[in-house]
Amino acid sequence: MKKLTLGTLLYYVLVSIVLVACLFPFLYTIGSSLKRGNELFATSLWPAHPSLSNYATLFHDQPFGAYLLNSVLVSGGAVVLSLLVSVLAAYALGRVSFRGRGVLMMCILGVSMFPQVAILSGLFELVRWLGLYDRLGALVLTDLIFTLPFTIWVLVTFMRELPKELEEAALMDGVGVFTLIFRIFMPLLLPALAATSLLAFIGAWNEFLFALTFTISPEQRTVPVAMSMIAGASSFELPWGTIMAASVIVTVPLILLVLACQRQIVSGLTAGAVKG
Amino acid sequence: MCAIQLSGIQKGFGSTSVLSGVDLSIEQGEFCVFIGPSGCGKSTLLRIIAGLEDPSEGDIRIDGVRVNHLEPAKRDVAMVFQSYALYPHMTVKQNLEFGLKHQKLLTAEIDKRVAAAAETLHLTPLLERKPGALSGGQRQRVAIGRAIVRKPKVFLFDEPLSNLDATLRVKTRVEIAKLHRALNTTSMIYVTHDQVEAMTLADKIVLLRPLAGQEHMVSIAQVGTPLELYHHPANRFVASFIGSPSMNFIAGEVAALASDGIVTAVAEHQINAAVAPGALKAGDKVTLGIRPEHIELGSGSLTGNVAHVEYLGEHAYVYLETELSRQPLVAKSAHQDIEIGSLLRFNLPATSLHLFDGNDVALPRLLGSVRQAA
Repeated sequence: MKKLTLGTLLYYVLVSIVLVACLFPFLYTIGSSLKRGNELFATSLWPAHPSLSNYATLFHDQPFGAYLLNSVLVSGGAVVLSLLVSVLAAYALGRVSFRGRGVLMMCILGVSMFPQVAILSGLFELVRWLGLYDRLGALVLTDLIFTLPFTIWVLVTFMRELPKELEEAALMDGVGVFTLIFRIFMPLLLPALAATSLLAFIGAWNEFLFALTFTISPEQRTVPVAMSMIAGASSFELPWGTIMAASVIVTVPLILLVLACQRQIVSGLTAGAVKG
Repeated sequence: MCAIQLSGIQKGFGSTSVLSGVDLSIEQGEFCVFIGPSGCGKSTLLRIIAGLEDPSEGDIRIDGVRVNHLEPAKRDVAMVFQSYALYPHMTVKQNLEFGLKHQKLLTAEIDKRVAAAAETLHLTPLLERKPGALSGGQRQRVAIGRAIVRKPKVFLFDEPLSNLDATLRVKTRVEIAKLHRALNTTSMIYVTHDQVEAMTLADKIVLLRPLAGQEHMVSIAQVGTPLELYHHPANRFVASFIGSPSMNFIAGEVAALASDGIVTAVAEHQINAAVAPGALKAGDKVTLGIRPEHIELGSGSLTGNVAHVEYLGEHAYVYLETELSRQPLVAKSAHQDIEIGSLLRFNLPATSLHLFDGNDVALPRLLGSVRQAA
């Protein structure tokens, strides 16, 4: 048997602390979402009689399914758009040398430094001017502001690591820039794309401030805003059970996505491109 | 007919010039090898022909047409990269087809060419595999196949064997020679630093070298057939580069001019070299050169001390300390029983000697010697 050194012991202690810190709130949320009535205020982690009534209420009292769909549309749209833009940008920034490339990279990084609140009023004008107010398009557009700098920077790094000979081989085969990017580079960037799109998706999925500001009608509401507006029968009651059920529902798609992309992230697709 | 003509090719990176005025023509169907010490710009020259780099000055003509402004794919050339550069996410078949599909060829024609190339290169059973599942030699064959299917006028090889192990390298070398015979109208340009590859494959060798005194500038040292470079090196650089072990060099001066060559004085000895004297006169400083395989051991007026012997099985290399030069002379010997420390007689045959003048330019060897040597 492997000897238990102080180092490995410490390692496992720290791992358990992190695990508990991450998982306990989620476990508590699941537990609470299955509780009913006064049970919510009991100290037990798991209810004695689990029930799905909170979930039923959630979908019954409001069009929560529609909110979910809105969130999926906004996050999906933001991911697709930002991938499209960032793959093209990453090719230019990573593989074409031109004057001012470094400055441009810094500008892109600089964009992500502004807090959302600081650009909110300016963006509001932009959204109004584009006629996107109270439309999902406004959210897709504004979400790009925080997804793009991140996806571009990550993809530029990966783009630079692709072997130069591949590009030259494609050049000898007579393909254009777009074929090169989408037919040759993109499949090789799949692990990077999976990782970045996942993080971009999570960012857009969780986004609250823009969604609150740029939409007003319930038809355009996304889940984070909808959750903040879940109200009880009276203004003195906070429906914890329903809120917990909503939390579980918004978390599950993310977990599924991570699990689905896990293999893509781990697998090294560039194997066999060049020697070795 | 001239397949490729380079005139006045210069290439600079920033302020440093790399290639200085390269003029070269390669005939249709010729196998031309660029060789030279590493970093001498031979790959750069190949990439200029391919169109992957632009020359700073000069023209590239393929079949008489100036192609400077043409994209690589429009030049009718195909390139095999040192690292193979296969598309890793495509199967072997897709790798072979990719370029053809972009030429908008008919599917039937594509299938025919891919099948034929796969047959030639023994890739048929591997067509559905991805490069990651192939061995180094198989990847190399796919890379060559990708070039063959395009039926180019010119094949460009950039050190294609350097990533293979020794056995496979010899095998693939023979395959490439066979391929050149099969595609006898296609010109091939092959970059290597391995002189065995150059000697065995080439119809024409282009030896590149850094210019004297300007280490970063490169020009052509000599162009010729492998045997021309071996027997008639134009200068000392070529003489020392071609042949392994390298030619022995002995410093001396001209003692007298004779009808059958030049008499040189080295230390206390007089050595005859069968070369045309040119503008040399008595007293000029010269360098004698002789290859290890041309030193006659066992007889003669010269003697040397055996300092070291390298046995290679069928023959041995003997390191002789002599009064002719500070460096020991290396001589090839068929005998296997040479004792270190023993005294050996040897002879430097006049017809095997090379002579270089004060500028390291070779003097023409007299015709009699050519026949004998060749």
